[in-house]
Amino acid sequence: MKYLDEYRDPALARKISRAIHRITTKPHVIMEICGGQTHAIVKFGVDVLLPGQITLVHGPGCPVCVTPLELIDKALDIAARPEVIFCSFGDMLRVPGSGKDLLTVKAEGGDVRIVYSPLDALSLAKANPSRQVVFFAIGFETTAPGNAMAVYQAYQQQIKNFFMLVSHVLVPPAMRAILSSPQNRVEGFLAAGHVCAVMGYEEYIPIAREFKVPIVVTGFEPLDILQGILMVVRQLEQGRYEVENQYSRAVKRGGNAPAQEIIKEVFEVAPRKWRGVGDIPHSGLKLREQYQSFDAEGRFGLSGMTREEPEECISGLILQGLKKPGECPAFGQRCTPQHPLGATMGSSEGACAAYYRYRRFTDFGKPRERGVIS
Amino acid sequence: MHEMISGVFHAAFQNPMLDTRHDAAVLASPGQRLAFTTDSYVVHPLFFPGGDIGSLAVYGTVNDLAMSGARPLFISTGFIIEEGLPMETLVRIARSMSAAAQKACVQIVTGDTKVVERGKGDGVYINTAGIGVLEHDSVISPLEVRPGDLILVNGDLGRHGMAVMASREGLEYESEITSDSAPLATLVQKLMGAGVPLHCLRDITRGGLSATLNEIAEAAGLNFLIEEDLIPVRADVRGACEILGLDPLYVACEGRLVLFIPEPHLKQALAVLRDDPCGKQAAVIGRVRGPDPRGLVCSLSPIGVERVLDMLSGEQLPRIC
Repeated sequence: MKYLDEYRDPALARKISRAIHRITTKPHVIMEICGGQTHAIVKFGVDVLLPGQITLVHGPGCPVCVTPLELIDKALDIAARPEVIFCSFGDMLRVPGSGKDLLTVKAEGGDVRIVYSPLDALSLAKANPSRQVVFFAIGFETTAPGNAMAVYQAYQQQIKNFFMLVSHVLVPPAMRAILSSPQNRVEGFLAAGHVCAVMGYEEYIPIAREFKVPIVVTGFEPLDILQGILMVVRQLEQGRYEVENQYSRAVKRGGNAPAQEIIKEVFEVAPRKWRGVGDIPHSGLKLREQYQSFDAEGRFGLSGMTREEPEECISGLILQGLKKPGECPAFGQRCTPQHPLGATMGSSEGACAAYYRYRRFTDFGKPRERGVIS
Repeated sequence: MHEMISGVFHAAFQNPMLDTRHDAAVLASPGQRLAFTTDSYVVHPLFFPGGDIGSLAVYGTVNDLAMSGARPLFISTGFIIEEGLPMETLVRIARSMSAAAQKACVQIVTGDTKVVERGKGDGVYINTAGIGVLEHDSVISPLEVRPGDLILVNGDLGRHGMAVMASREGLEYESEITSDSAPLATLVQKLMGAGVPLHCLRDITRGGLSATLNEIAEAAGLNFLIEEDLIPVRADVRGACEILGLDPLYVACEGRLVLFIPEPHLKQALAVLRDDPCGKQAAVIGRVRGPDPRGLVCSLSPIGVERVLDMLSGEQLPRIC
């Protein structure tokens, strides 16, 4: 299939893998930002094709994972109200709050619906004028334009029963936070291709310079990721620290200008709390003053609610690349996708969920020849 | 009610056993081993590209019988109807069931209807039960699977799930994806008639190929290896799954089965399968390895790395980005 098969070609994968082996002379720690990349790496076994000196650590780019506990508790509170139709993307439904998850609220009678676009939620608001329709707007720069557009249209059309519970976060401040940590071990990044498709990659140039780290904008298929790693390793071996673009079929230097404009129209940069990591300044988006009437926290009087993370979960360390899922004593024992202690296990895109799903037995992850069957 | 039963159901399903209009159908016993199964159908929407709840309720039960190697003979059907369901809808479903029964060579011999208050059902729910006859001595079961057996499927996977999802959510694909819903008993009878030893059969329904293989591996205490590249999935289904963040290996089918057969019979099995309309795209997708108390199903990725292919804890949920 076009745009899929050519990026999963086994012969090319081996070729790039050999090239990485050839140029690697010392240990390197590389972080992929996006949870989609993490899953592709673990599912396809990209890391298995790398030299032992290269360690991949998994970044904070799983939007479900970094949504703070208190936001989920706010969502649960709102979703349980009889006047509310609560709309969310599907993978948010199983993420545990302090007590339960959205699926449980639904089973208890809450009107919780999976939507595929925030505009679907807006349509629901128009079709159900007597109900309060709330959309759970989480995600990075990737989902921000669509969410902004829904608020913008609601404003234009004067829809009064549509609200957003906003938990938008931004990638570059999170990278800065990781690199500024005294324990940081990340030497190079695979930047999230789809975030860059919206925002472009100019904002990464100062980060690369300031922290002397190569950053390669990378796609999501196995060959994209292998090539991205090759480009990072090449820079590390040559002592360069530039921003390069592996994912040129989707990403332009300046990104998508209309998408950026609608984000700026509706949202402004604000401090945000990241689940497991804590507060990061300038790391999120909130609704501008003009659009405050669409803010669900204000509408339902939940602005003050705060929550502490369960102590046993080390998802904060995992999201910063300081630990890998297998290093957590609770992994696969007291923490499973059925009973997650934290969001990196509860979210289908989380790093712990990926390791649990594809690698939970130690005899896996060895490369082998294909064609053993027929 | 009486009018509905005779006007809708008797009219659609008429046959001598049903026409006695007695409390129970009296069936001639074929004198061999019988297979007996039941299943309930709650699909939403009731009609989707390539099928509807009626045909699904017939094929689903027929296929469950077929997986034991039985020739399906009789079906019962129970309708839980939500008050206010348009009569035309019910007539359409009854006609579809009748056509499906004809295609699957079974007779609907007894039935029941109940009406529930509006808001207490989803249009209509259907339960069917089926009886089939085993005209052979072989045992088809997970416990018959042997190391070295080849694992086959009879066609491309995931179309039913994606067709239902598309019509439920109003998603539009470039080409219409139609359900793979189909009766599989004839195909199984042909394989048995040709003398292909069938160690195990199972139709792929909820949870997709992954759930089906995991259930069998666990029951058999064996380790399976499949190669992802060998699994037939249509390009439009793969595309739709990619966009929604779903994995086709977990998407439901309604006319697909996995077969476990000894390797020496592969050629013969493929010839029979590919000669049948339900098996045109039959393919070998994997092999049974040795004993494994964990009953693991493993999968070789397109770039040649092995991983666990596990069962999902719940339904697949579409992803954010």
